[in-house]
Amino acid sequence: MSVLSDTIEWLGDSAHWSGDDGVPHRLVQHLGYTSLTVAIAAAIAIPIGLWIGHTGRLRGLAVVSSGALRALPTLGVLTYASLFTGIGIKAAIFTLVLLAIPPLLAGAYSGLESVDRRTVDAARAMGMTELQILTRVEVPLALPIIIGGLRSATLQVVATATVAAYIPGPGGLGRYLIDGLALNDYPQVVAGSIVVIVLALVLDGIFVLLQRLVLRNRPATVRIAA
Amino acid sequence: MRWVRDNTDKIGDLLVSHLWLSVVPIVLGFAIALPIGWFASRHPRLKGVLLTFAGVLYTIPSLAFFLILPSIIGTGFLSPLNVVVALTVYAVAIMVRSATDAFESVSPAVLDAATATGFAPAGRAFLVELPLAGPVLVAGLRVVAVSTVSLVSVGALTGVSNLGSLFTEGYRTDNDAEILTGVVGIVAIALLLDALIVVAGRVLLPWNRGPRSSVRSPVSPMMSFAQHLRGGRA
Repeated sequence: MSVLSDTIEWLGDSAHWSGDDGVPHRLVQHLGYTSLTVAIAAAIAIPIGLWIGHTGRLRGLAVVSSGALRALPTLGVLTYASLFTGIGIKAAIFTLVLLAIPPLLAGAYSGLESVDRRTVDAARAMGMTELQILTRVEVPLALPIIIGGLRSATLQVVATATVAAYIPGPGGLGRYLIDGLALNDYPQVVAGSIVVIVLALVLDGIFVLLQRLVLRNRPATVRIAA
Repeated sequence: MRWVRDNTDKIGDLLVSHLWLSVVPIVLGFAIALPIGWFASRHPRLKGVLLTFAGVLYTIPSLAFFLILPSIIGTGFLSPLNVVVALTVYAVAIMVRSATDAFESVSPAVLDAATATGFAPAGRAFLVELPLAGPVLVAGLRVVAVSTVSLVSVGALTGVSNLGSLFTEGYRTDNDAEILTGVVGIVAIALLLDALIVVAGRVLLPWNRGPRSSVRSPVSPMMSFAQHLRGGRA
């Protein structure tokens, strides 16, 4: 179990906790790429998802096209894109955005679909405009599922940003894994992997709390027997 | 296209190893998740714990998981076993949830009727519950299959040969045809396994086909993708 003790030693070494190659800097980079790509993807996918969910139009198309996006192997898309964009962050951001769109889209439209039609009809009968129905009725009720989409998109991006380090350019935590493998530096590989795993688990935990918070702050609903 | 013609042997070999690296975790994951899901559907208290644990396992990024397994199970760093074990864990993690849903979808009244007709508990589980849970199990298995096939390619970064190796090699040699071949191959395997599962489901669960007038089976091809979106990972 020398790998384990070497890993602990690597993580304990203060040299690995400062500077541009240090864990804090790479962690911040990793989170930076993640939030940037999720923000771009959300700006594209959530309005479309809300429109599809609200109007019920183009639903089949959304399911098929986002499904087709998901079937693509990420590493392939990444390497293919990087042949055209060259070394740098562009290919990684492009791939990660592509990857984050399907769960965000699915979260938005299936969230709205989960809202009881009678509630929407009641809101309409009360004289709410379509925009008011969307922003004051449907979105608040769908929020836990929309956040679920955000959660799954974020976790996928965090995981895939690690793989994206295969292309020189992006820093982030994946560097420890890819560089460590290239140098046969296993303690670095395992230490980097542990940091990535902990990050993913912490982010997932934050989203679980967020989803609970949203559910708690929601006005109590009376369940109507179907 | 010329690159493909010149390298058919290599592509064939990688295709076969990719298929193996996918099929073994899918089959193992299904076999392991089935009893766990059945158990979870029976014990509502433990169900929460089991499903949360599965969710946590599924959160682990694949590349990190592939690389950390050797120090846990004592395999070599480049061993294909790391990929197989990690993907089996993911398969179990997704499938336990589907299996739980599947067994819970069986009506309690039907189970009572089966008991009343004289089925012993084991016989009831295999002859009544399993077939009735079938459609939902098939839907879950399709999600597992597509996700496993695409995850295998990440294993190429750790030196395990599969169609993902065409990505790493194509990137190194600046060969876009090679990368595209890998993408097409992986999507083809995913579609093939998905279709096989659908066909197997139709053959094993003929009562699930529904009335002749409606061509759509209860497990629509979209469903697997819709589920996949929510559970997809990298």
